[in-house]
Amino acid sequence: MYVAVKGGEAAIANAHRLLASERRGDPAVPEISPDQIREQLSLAVDRVMSEGSLYDRDLAALAIKQARGDMIEAIFLVRAFRTTLPRFGYAAPLDTAAMQIRRRISATYKDLPGGQLLGPTFDYTHRLIDPALAGDETAVPAPLRAQIVSTELVPHVTGLLDGEGLIERNAPRADGLPAGDLTREALEFPADRDLRLQCLSRGDEGFLLGMAYSTQRGFGRTHPFAGEIRMGEVEVELFAEEAGFAIPLGEITVTEFETVNQFTGSESAPPQFTRGYGLVFGHCERKAMSMALVDRALRADELGEESGAPAQDQEFVLSHCDNVAATGFVEHLKLPHYVDFQAELGLIRKLRREHTARHVKEAAE
Amino acid sequence: MTDLPAYNFAYLDEQTKRMIRRAILKAIAIPGYQVPFASREMPMPYGWGTGGVQVTAAILGADDVLKVIDQGADDTTNAVSIRSFFAKTAGVATTTKTSEATVIQTRHRIPEQPLTDKQVLVYQVPIPEPLRFLEPRETETRAMHALADYGLMHVKLYEDIAKHGHIATSYDYPVKVDGRYIMDPSPTPKFDNPKMDNCAALQLFGAGREKRIYAIPPYTKVVSLDFEDHPFERNVFTEPCAICGATGVYLDEVLTDDKGGRMYVCSDTDYCETQAAEGPSRPTPTMFLPPQGGGDAGAVRADAIASSVPSPLTREGQDGGGAGDVRGATITTKLNRTRDGAS
Repeated sequence: MYVAVKGGEAAIANAHRLLASERRGDPAVPEISPDQIREQLSLAVDRVMSEGSLYDRDLAALAIKQARGDMIEAIFLVRAFRTTLPRFGYAAPLDTAAMQIRRRISATYKDLPGGQLLGPTFDYTHRLIDPALAGDETAVPAPLRAQIVSTELVPHVTGLLDGEGLIERNAPRADGLPAGDLTREALEFPADRDLRLQCLSRGDEGFLLGMAYSTQRGFGRTHPFAGEIRMGEVEVELFAEEAGFAIPLGEITVTEFETVNQFTGSESAPPQFTRGYGLVFGHCERKAMSMALVDRALRADELGEESGAPAQDQEFVLSHCDNVAATGFVEHLKLPHYVDFQAELGLIRKLRREHTARHVKEAAE
Repeated sequence: MTDLPAYNFAYLDEQTKRMIRRAILKAIAIPGYQVPFASREMPMPYGWGTGGVQVTAAILGADDVLKVIDQGADDTTNAVSIRSFFAKTAGVATTTKTSEATVIQTRHRIPEQPLTDKQVLVYQVPIPEPLRFLEPRETETRAMHALADYGLMHVKLYEDIAKHGHIATSYDYPVKVDGRYIMDPSPTPKFDNPKMDNCAALQLFGAGREKRIYAIPPYTKVVSLDFEDHPFERNVFTEPCAICGATGVYLDEVLTDDKGGRMYVCSDTDYCETQAAEGPSRPTPTMFLPPQGGGDAGAVRADAIASSVPSPLTREGQDGGGAGDVRGATITTKLNRTRDGAS
């Protein structure tokens, strides 16, 4: 019997009720709180903040809970909230040289001013499942904190190279205009580096990781060295017109990664090390590194390098790195398409009839 | 509105609405041109109507009466979801009656009942660029539009004819607006294309993910691309609707069993209900628009594109296309069944 294709409000409401129950899981197991997520799944929180483009640990933790741990869904929740917030200004550029460093590594020098600081890292752990974590809570030994050497600035490695003129300068925009805002104007191509970096910083970690990896395997090779990775707290300041000076708003955690790339010179640029740059909210090291590699790859045209690899194609990379857009469009295939499918049914039946008729005619001849 | 105190009327803040209205005004001023706009994240996914929702939110007033359809139906899940979104955030009256609505948001269909100059039709658009599948780069397609360089599209249509004997596009069928821009009608079946021409209602198109808005002002010439010797053809159904008996309307094919049983029913649920209520259908005169074509947009004969190529296959007659020939018997047995047991 013909059951009408009716997705009534009752069906939707019931589906959402079921979803809420699945989210909760077995009621015999205590419910997790956003506080627990914020404190114990902090790297998930960091990813949601960075790709959600909103620095709010509590909100990100809540979104992860609501999304049942689906990261892209949580990112989407945060984005949809962020877009409703009023803008009251643009913060002053972050001074990452003044970062309260918790981790800082350079692969280009054995030792350097400010020192190397491993910080909280999975690096050098042996990836062995730890059964102890499954049992009752055990006391975690208090960390040994390095005496903060000084509150002086820890200079960037790239700044040290700049002393010798060996590395390109980070030039401000040639037109002198302030940086654009990806969220307030539609992205147009070719996009300048300010907008490219904004787009990459909120781009999907997995997509950018794959793109970065492709450059290492030969699709647009850019010879990167890990000039420096640093993670820690920086102050955010807003310039207040009335006061005439910048007012501190608070502290955020960021991860910054700068590559030093070999460059033998081209028609338009002298032989000099070049830079790729990554900066993301929270402790998102894999993302910051991927971002910097892709940023450098996207500069191929500007530097007069051979290009054509996927990671060097800004329209390809920037149009497809946003996971909120990507997941929406891929998943919209779940929506009904039966009107268009009907039109295709009609066409394919017609083409098949004609195909058969042609063959019958040919056979007769 | 009490449960959402933090949100503005129709969800978007006024600043955003003004930005969208500016884009809409520009779009109306340049019919068929895709205006970039700073599309926002919406509380529903990209690709699920965010462009249409933003346009609707920007034009909706407190007195408006909103209708939302998806696949021609008011009761498909996403239409239900979008309608309840505006009922909640804007508190506007909603309707399923085409004649009562002042704003109609749609996905994939144009209502069968002719629209009036008191109505606005808002389309949800996934890919606004009609040239996208011929040229993936936005930088290239924008230049092609600027130069009205549409040769590629005509070659594509010609190749269809050379290969299949027809233009093998059954929906998303490109149109030329006001003699200038080639425009994507959103994935409506080509059956609906003639309704866009000289339409009394304002037609607005929103593509949220792709950040584009475009428009067809009222009473604007909209021509489906074709060739003099291969004029545009609508999808034609030979069967009437199994529920209301309407002919000359777009039908959905519904499988009734796994043995080839099927029936054809109106895709436009409101039209179907109205016709069923009014008794045996008399085809509405406007449903039989004169066949479009005459090569206006093409302005060339298909065989002139490559004169060395032998003339394409002879043109098929106005053949059924959609309505096959399999189902005669099953339809009659279903005739008296109504949609969702409403009777």
